[in-house]
Amino acid sequence: MDKVNGNHDVRIGFYVCNCGTNIAAMVDVQAVAKYVAALPNVVVSRDYKYMCSDPGQELIQKDIKEFGLNRIVVAACSPLLHEHTFRSAVEAGGLNPFFFHMVNIREHDSWVHTDRDEATAKAKALARAGIRRVARHRALEVKKVPVHPDVLVVGGGIAGIHAALTLAKSGKKVYLVEREPSIGGHMAKFDKTFPTLDCAACILTPKMSEVGAHENITLWSYSEVVKMDGYVGNFKVTVRRKPRYVLEDLCTGCQECISHCVYKEPKFPDAFNEHLGKRKPVYIPFPQATPQVVLIDPEVCLNFRRGVLTDKCKKPCVEACGDRKAIDFKQKEELKEIKVGTIIVATGFKTFDVGRMPQYGYGRYPNVYTALEVERLVNASGPTAGDVLLRDGHHPKSIGIIHCVGSRDKNTNRWCSRVCCMYSMKLAHLLKEHTEAEIYNFYIDIRAPGKGYEEFYDKLLEEGVHFIRGRVGEVTDWAFIPEEEGKLVIRVEDTLAGVVRRIPVDMVVLATGLEPHADAQNVRRLFNMSCGTEGFFLERHPKLAPVNTFTDGIFLAGCCQSPKDIPDSVAQAGAAAAEALVLIDTGHIEQEPNTAYVVEAECSGCKSCIPLCPYTAISLLPDKKKAYINEALCKGCGTCVAACPSGSIVQNLFEDAEIFSEIDGLLEPTSV
Amino acid sequence: MKYSYFPGCSLKGTGRAYEESLLPVLKVLGVELEELDDWNCCGATAYMAVDEVKACVMASRNLAIAEKAGHKELLAPCSACYLVLNKTKHYLHESPVVEAVVQKALRQANLTYSGNTPVRHPLDLLVNNVGIEEIKKHVKHPLKGLKIAPYYGCQIVRPYATFDDQYNPTTMDRLLEAIGCTMVTYPLKTRCCGGSLTGTLPEPGLLCSYILLKEAITRGADVIATVCPLCQFNLDCYRDKMKGKWGHETIPDPRNKDARVPVGPHLDIPVVFFTQLIGLAFGLSEKELGLQRGFAPMRKPACAQRQSAAA
Amino acid sequence: MELKRTIKYESDRVKGFGREVMSVPGCEQLEHCIQCGTCSGLCPLSIFMDYTPRQVMELTRSDFKTEVLRSTTIWLCASCYACTVECPKQIRITDIMYELKQRAIHEGFYPKRFPIPVLAQEFYKMSHKRGRVTENFLATIMFLKTDILAALGMWRLGLNLLRRGRFPLKLEGIKRKSELERMMAVVDKLSIDALNNGHQTGGNGGRQHGAH
Ligand SMILES: Cc1cc2nc3c(=O)[nH]c(=O)nc-3n(C[C@H](O)[C@H](O)[C@H](O)COP(=O)(O)OP(=O)(O)OC[C@H]3O[C@@H](n4cnc5c(N)ncnc54)[C@H](O)[C@@H]3O)c2cc1C
Ligand code: SF4
Ligand code: SF4
Repeated sequence: MDKVNGNHDVRIGFYVCNCGTNIAAMVDVQAVAKYVAALPNVVVSRDYKYMCSDPGQELIQKDIKEFGLNRIVVAACSPLLHEHTFRSAVEAGGLNPFFFHMVNIREHDSWVHTDRDEATAKAKALARAGIRRVARHRALEVKKVPVHPDVLVVGGGIAGIHAALTLAKSGKKVYLVEREPSIGGHMAKFDKTFPTLDCAACILTPKMSEVGAHENITLWSYSEVVKMDGYVGNFKVTVRRKPRYVLEDLCTGCQECISHCVYKEPKFPDAFNEHLGKRKPVYIPFPQATPQVVLIDPEVCLNFRRGVLTDKCKKPCVEACGDRKAIDFKQKEELKEIKVGTIIVATGFKTFDVGRMPQYGYGRYPNVYTALEVERLVNASGPTAGDVLLRDGHHPKSIGIIHCVGSRDKNTNRWCSRVCCMYSMKLAHLLKEHTEAEIYNFYIDIRAPGKGYEEFYDKLLEEGVHFIRGRVGEVTDWAFIPEEEGKLVIRVEDTLAGVVRRIPVDMVVLATGLEPHADAQNVRRLFNMSCGTEGFFLERHPKLAPVNTFTDGIFLAGCCQSPKDIPDSVAQAGAAAAEALVLIDTGHIEQEPNTAYVVEAECSGCKSCIPLCPYTAISLLPDKKKAYINEALCKGCGTCVAACPSGSIVQNLFEDAEIFSEIDGLLEPTSV
Repeated sequence: MKYSYFPGCSLKGTGRAYEESLLPVLKVLGVELEELDDWNCCGATAYMAVDEVKACVMASRNLAIAEKAGHKELLAPCSACYLVLNKTKHYLHESPVVEAVVQKALRQANLTYSGNTPVRHPLDLLVNNVGIEEIKKHVKHPLKGLKIAPYYGCQIVRPYATFDDQYNPTTMDRLLEAIGCTMVTYPLKTRCCGGSLTGTLPEPGLLCSYILLKEAITRGADVIATVCPLCQFNLDCYRDKMKGKWGHETIPDPRNKDARVPVGPHLDIPVVFFTQLIGLAFGLSEKELGLQRGFAPMRKPACAQRQSAAA
Repeated sequence: MELKRTIKYESDRVKGFGREVMSVPGCEQLEHCIQCGTCSGLCPLSIFMDYTPRQVMELTRSDFKTEVLRSTTIWLCASCYACTVECPKQIRITDIMYELKQRAIHEGFYPKRFPIPVLAQEFYKMSHKRGRVTENFLATIMFLKTDILAALGMWRLGLNLLRRGRFPLKLEGIKRKSELERMMAVVDKLSIDALNNGHQTGGNGGRQHGAH
């Protein structure tokens, strides 16, 4: 017997799987087993119906004991499916699991060929390559790395809030970082939510205050992550906390400062109200804001000039704050460094910029609104206290709601935004309730596939809202006949009736689609994630790993992954929290040992490998001037191995000897 | 810079006034033109309905002659020609099959086509090469107070919006503002005039043109400025028919908000080429600019305003 | 009340017609039409059409050749491209309309004395023969061929144009007419369709020549 590794005889067991008829129908498995039996070092060679079944695995274990096997090769399906199964079986049989090699004769052979003889010959060649290779395998060790129990949640919309609370309730410490002065995200702006029409504030506010009060949650609003280093279980994150010019610990949220500001009336456009309302330089975004802490806008505050402190104002706010001493005009931004083991990204979405579709007249005609603006307009705590008063000072008697604005359109965004049909119907209902206007929905297809959604559509039909199937061509203000004078005219084909119509209305609502944030690419780079072509963060598998990313330990929740409604965002947030808990409660992660390492003696310190590593796992040891690969970050892609000019990088499981033997085996002519 | 000039059939016929005003205006601005040697019909839209490939061959003959002439760019003032020449360029670029046929045909005339001659529109040239500031320098009689409905028509911004915005083009607005005019808000800037339907199917065709006229009037325009010989013809020459069909329709009285008046008499709003207006501001005579060729000549008040501004 | 059956049978389809149109360069995107009606909503002429542009798209895709080629829609299209620039699936509707017009002309699918195809063909002939087009002559020929009464109705317009020097009395033409003829002969000889492998010829063999 060959002494390949110098320390022991190589005794190989070979198993070829029939996979029912999946393999056996195209490959003569018995012939393969017979052929392999005659190869050097092979002690046992068998075919079996289902190798992955319990009896199949037991067969391997039994043979290991009986024949003193020390190498196993299974020729079956893709290693993606069962490599783990067989490694465990081999380990249970008492061998190092890396003395195993898997050969794919299903996806690579039986499924893709039509000639049985040739497919059989190919299976033999593949098997032979595996036999040659496995002889060279070395025992490897699975390393365990501890997982830091704290979690970072980025983005405090409903998804981030739900994930943070789930984790906090299970006793984990959570940092929740939110860019805006308050958490709540888009949901905080809504009046009601479809399809049940429950009041958004009523269901969201309790969760927001729970976040604010929970002892396990550190809430950093008005903050952003600026840097992330490390790897699963051990991330080092830097968070920038923007100055609010108000000390969070000292502010009680009494808002005396706001009423005493030198500006007696609110004067500046209020972003929370989609610029429909006004606020003062010192403000709190909305009554239920969490944290209940005011902030000062240095762009408009008299005490600043273009953001720079001037001390020009007599500062009645400071006086009003009195002994609380919460206002601090000298506050600077702060950088906080934290360590966490897992991260949940829940940065949400932004709505489509309607300026990209000028044919709908937004900005040109004052009575054209975006859906978010209407959410504020019908909201009892909105800028008009729920009165639908148009920009031109009238109440609308007829309203057109245009669906799919910036969705399903190759000229803008190709995807369906999934929630617009439903929220358009919600707004139709609310507008009808508030104004009793005649309401037209213009849609391409009504997409109402959620629980209770079709029923909601039905309810709207019952309420007498018009549904016109047709994508609106344009919104104009020129009259064709006198009844159109002074109105906005929607020209559309009523595709179900097969006629072109001109419909004069007082108000137009644009149901804007959902799209990735403008800075999504930066966030993607920051957290080492991938994006789909449309710019939403990419999940590891669309069906089976929907909240995982390609970076271990980083999970996704909510609309940053794709447009979705609140129920789905919450479900996903729960799933992401559960995935994080799995890691935390396991306490450590196991690392595939197929990582690369640098043979220091041979490394010239040329640094060519460093920029090539897609996982930034390589650094230069400053003292030794040698490259160093962080095993925990290395994904075993092999890029550096191929690139190293001095050949001083070795990758476990892909050592030269292993790969060359495999190639030799493959190229050797197959007798028979 | 010297440009090759492709007048196209209309500028020699019904749209003569366009050429008559364009040439002197460019001369004032020092832009030299050389009329394309033995140019042929561009292939225009009606031709495209019969045989697209042949239309392409016709258009490419012009492009190839322009290449041979050696000037870098080809000026095509008529919107239909501008579109057809550009469309042909796109088509040849996209379809190797059509290009092969075209090249073969061109060889019969010892011509080749390399695709390197940009086809330019006068608006583009005036705004982007000559420049608004330069044009302002030549204004002798600013047309102060003249209210214009700027009408671009469809084919210079659709489907290939190269030098101006497809929804809200502004090059002509900027040019005419530079010579003192005021633009009225005119949301129909790029709406179709009916094209050749005005002649073939008057009911729908004329309705398209009528809408454009009526809306310019209700928006308070004194004059409609156009860039296309066909648009100008449609808006200018069928007024009698439009009056017969729709003259009784009423519009809000421009002088009295609460009253309505029949639109008929108002339909005689002058429809001119933008180059005619620029020429007037440059101090060229009405005759030189072909203004007498319009069916509704620039009305006295408008011209009087011009003179009083000059005085 | 006269009743008419409006049902369509599978035998009413000319199978392959849609595929054939969609294989013409520029018309491929038709496959993606979602029948949203943006095209009809924008089309300034759709209010006069028997089928809206959207319906023409669907009828074409579904092989209803006769319905499409007989529709008034393709003739009413003024090629303003309003539809094309806004179609959410980037279907070049105007170009498809051109393709359908060409097919209708070549296969004689339009009412006698219908002015639009007549104008298109006269335009074609004149530009082909003379190299240039003189619009007033063209219009006169068209009216004579379609509707003499309408021609009479146009005398005032003609007179007005004449008075303003906008009615040339001479037919324009290019100098090197034979050059153009030679060029066109090349196209006549080469059947584009034969060159274009992916493109089936189907009833479109007449493409080399003007109608009839
Ligand atoms: C007009 C409209 C009406 C709707 N109505 C309904 C409805 O009635 N019912 C329903 O179920 N769904 C509705 N939806 C969908 C609903 O808005 C989403 O499902 C939900 O908001 C998704 O929550 P999220 O947390 O993923 O995202 P978001 O609500 O967008 O929250 C993301 C949060 O992350 C923060 N953030 C972003 N980037 C960063 C960063 N880099 N660092 C830190 N923080 C960051 C944001 O400030 C925000 O607070 C509607 C959507 C729209 C547009
Ligand atoms: S606009 Fe485009 S997708 Fe919509 S119906 Fe017309 S051709 Fe089809
Ligand atoms: S190009 Fe034709 S079909 Fe399209 S909008 Fe214009 S006239 Fe209508």
